[in-house]
Amino acid sequence: MAVESNVIDAAGPYDRAKALSAFKLGDLTFYWITRLSAISVLLILGGIIISLIVGAFPAMKAYGLSFLWTQRWAPSADPPVLGALGPMYGTLVTSFIAMLIAIPVGLGIAIFLTELCPQWLRRPIGMAVELLAGIPSIIYGMWGFFVLGPFLANTFQPFMIKIFDGVPVLGAIFAGPPSYLSLFNAALILAIMVLPFITSISVDVFKTVPPVLKEAAYGVGCTTWEVVRSVVIPYTRVGIIGGVMLALGRALGETMAVTFIIGNSFRISSSIFAPGTTISAAIASEFAESDGLHQSGLILLGLLLFVLTFFVLAGARLMLLRLEKKAGK
Amino acid sequence: MNPIYARRRRKDIVIRGLCIGAAAFGVTWLALILITLLYNGIAGLNLQIFVADTPPPGSSEGGLRNAIVGSIIMTVLGVGIGAPLGLFAGTYLAEYGRNDKLTSVIRFINDILLSAPSIIIGLFIYGAVVVPMRGFSAIAGALALAVIVIPVVLRTTEDMLLLVPNALREAASALGLPRSLVIKRIAYRAARSGLITGVLLATARVAGETAPLLFTALSNQFFSLGLNKTMANLPVTINNFVQSPYAYWKQLAWSGALLITITVLALNIGARILGAERTAK
Repeated sequence: MAVESNVIDAAGPYDRAKALSAFKLGDLTFYWITRLSAISVLLILGGIIISLIVGAFPAMKAYGLSFLWTQRWAPSADPPVLGALGPMYGTLVTSFIAMLIAIPVGLGIAIFLTELCPQWLRRPIGMAVELLAGIPSIIYGMWGFFVLGPFLANTFQPFMIKIFDGVPVLGAIFAGPPSYLSLFNAALILAIMVLPFITSISVDVFKTVPPVLKEAAYGVGCTTWEVVRSVVIPYTRVGIIGGVMLALGRALGETMAVTFIIGNSFRISSSIFAPGTTISAAIASEFAESDGLHQSGLILLGLLLFVLTFFVLAGARLMLLRLEKKAGK
Repeated sequence: MNPIYARRRRKDIVIRGLCIGAAAFGVTWLALILITLLYNGIAGLNLQIFVADTPPPGSSEGGLRNAIVGSIIMTVLGVGIGAPLGLFAGTYLAEYGRNDKLTSVIRFINDILLSAPSIIIGLFIYGAVVVPMRGFSAIAGALALAVIVIPVVLRTTEDMLLLVPNALREAASALGLPRSLVIKRIAYRAARSGLITGVLLATARVAGETAPLLFTALSNQFFSLGLNKTMANLPVTINNFVQSPYAYWKQLAWSGALLITITVLALNIGARILGAERTAK
C-alpha cells in the first residue's frame, strides 16, 4: 500500500510518532477487513438457511409432514397437491447407482495412478481425470441428451431388459421399454461427474501411506493387489470414505446434467430405465414459472436437499479431518 | 508353479487389468465429450456468433453476442465481488486466526459451502435479492456467482498462505514491519502464483454455472447492459436452445457449449500450470 510510505515522505525529516500511528491504523483496518470477510462465510450459511425456511414456510404450514410421503405432484390442481416422495426417491436412487459405478472405477483409477502407472503417464492421466471435474454441468447434460441417451436406449437398455426378463425383482428393476430419458442415464452421467472427486481424494490419501509399510508387504512376497487390499486401503479407509461422501454430496445436488436427461416425471416406477425426477431437477425445470404455494413447495424441496447434502458433506469433512489428525501425529 | 502362487498371480493380473480399464474408462469419457463438442460445435463457429444477437424462433440468422457479453459481465462482476471477500477471509484464517476456534468453524462451514448444490445458492439469491428487488436482474446473477466464488478462493488462499515459510514473516517483523504490511508485502508476494491459481479456478467454476442463473439473471433475447434487468448469458441460452425444435438454435447451442468448454478448460489448465510451478520451486 502506498499510503504508509506517503506518510513517511510527507512527514519531512522525521516524525516517528505520526508514522507509527498511521501504521497502527492501517494494521487495525486490515485486521477488521479480513475478520469481517471471514465472518461473511457464516452469514452466507445463515442467509441460505433463513431464506429457505422463510420461502418454504407457507408449504410447510399447508402440507406438514405428509409432504414427505405424498407421491402426487399436481401444482395446477386447486388447491395444489404437492408431495416430495417422487423427487426424493429419484435423488436417492440416481445417487446410489452413481456411487455404485463411481466408487470401484474411481478407486481403480487411483490405484492405477499410484501403484501401476509409469511415471511419465501419471500427470497426463491425472490431469485428464481432473479436467472431467472442470467441464460445466450443462455440457454433460447436452451430451447425455444427444449422445449418451440414444446410445443407451438402442444398445445397453434392450440388452439388460432381455437378460433379466422374467427374473423376479431384477426383472422389475430392468423393465422396458428403453427410454432416452431415464433414471439410469442420469445416474451414469452423475457417476462420470463425481469420478474425479473420488479419484483425486483417493490419490491424495494413498500418498499418505508410509512407503515402509508397502515395502515391507512387497518384501514378504505380496502381489500389488494384496498390498493395496491389505495395507493401502485399511490404512486410508477413513479418507476414502470421506472422499466418497464428498462425491455423494455432489451427486445429490447436481442439477443441470440431470435435468436434461431424467425426463421430469414425478411418478415412481420400479424400473431404473423409466423417467423420473430429482429434487434439483424439479426445482430447475419448474421454479421460474411457479408462484404461490407451488413455489413455496419447490423451496421446501430445496430445503430438504440442503439439509440432506449438509449432513453428508459435514460427515465427509469430519472423516477427512480425522485422517488429517492421524497424519499429523 | 505352486497352485496357490498361480492363483494369487492370476488374481493380481485380473485386478491390474481392471484398474487399467478404469483409467481408460475415465479418459475415454473426456475424449468422447470433447470430440462430440468439437464435431457439432465447430461447424457453427463463425464471426456471426460474436457480432449478432440471439435470433427469434425460426430464424436462421443470428449469433450469441448478447449471451457472450452478458456471461462475461456477470462472471467478471461475480469474481470481482467474491474474490476479494474470499481472499481477505482466507487471509484471516491463515494469518490472524491460526489457532482460533472461529477459524476451525469457518473452515468447516466453508468446506461445506464449497460443495453445496449450486441450485440452492440460486434459491437463496432468489429469496434474498430477486424478491426484495421485485424482479430478475443481472446483479442478482452476479451475486449468486459471487457466493460460489468465495469458498473456492478462500480455500486456496488459506492453503497457499500456510505454505509461506514462517521465517519470512519473522524476518519482516524483526525489521519492524507492522503485521498488515508483513501480510501484504511478504506473504502475498510469496504466495502470488498460488493466489492467482485460486482466482482462476473460481472463474472457471462460475463461467459455466447454469443452475444459479436460471432464476436470478434469467436470460434475455436482446442485447442489454442494464444490471437491474434480466441479462442474456451463455449457459441459460444454451439451456433454452438445446431442447428447442429449431435446428439453428440447436447449432447455436452446440457452438456456445464449445466456447464455454474451451474457456473453462483453458482456465483450468492455466491454473494447474501456475500451481505446478509453485510446488516445483
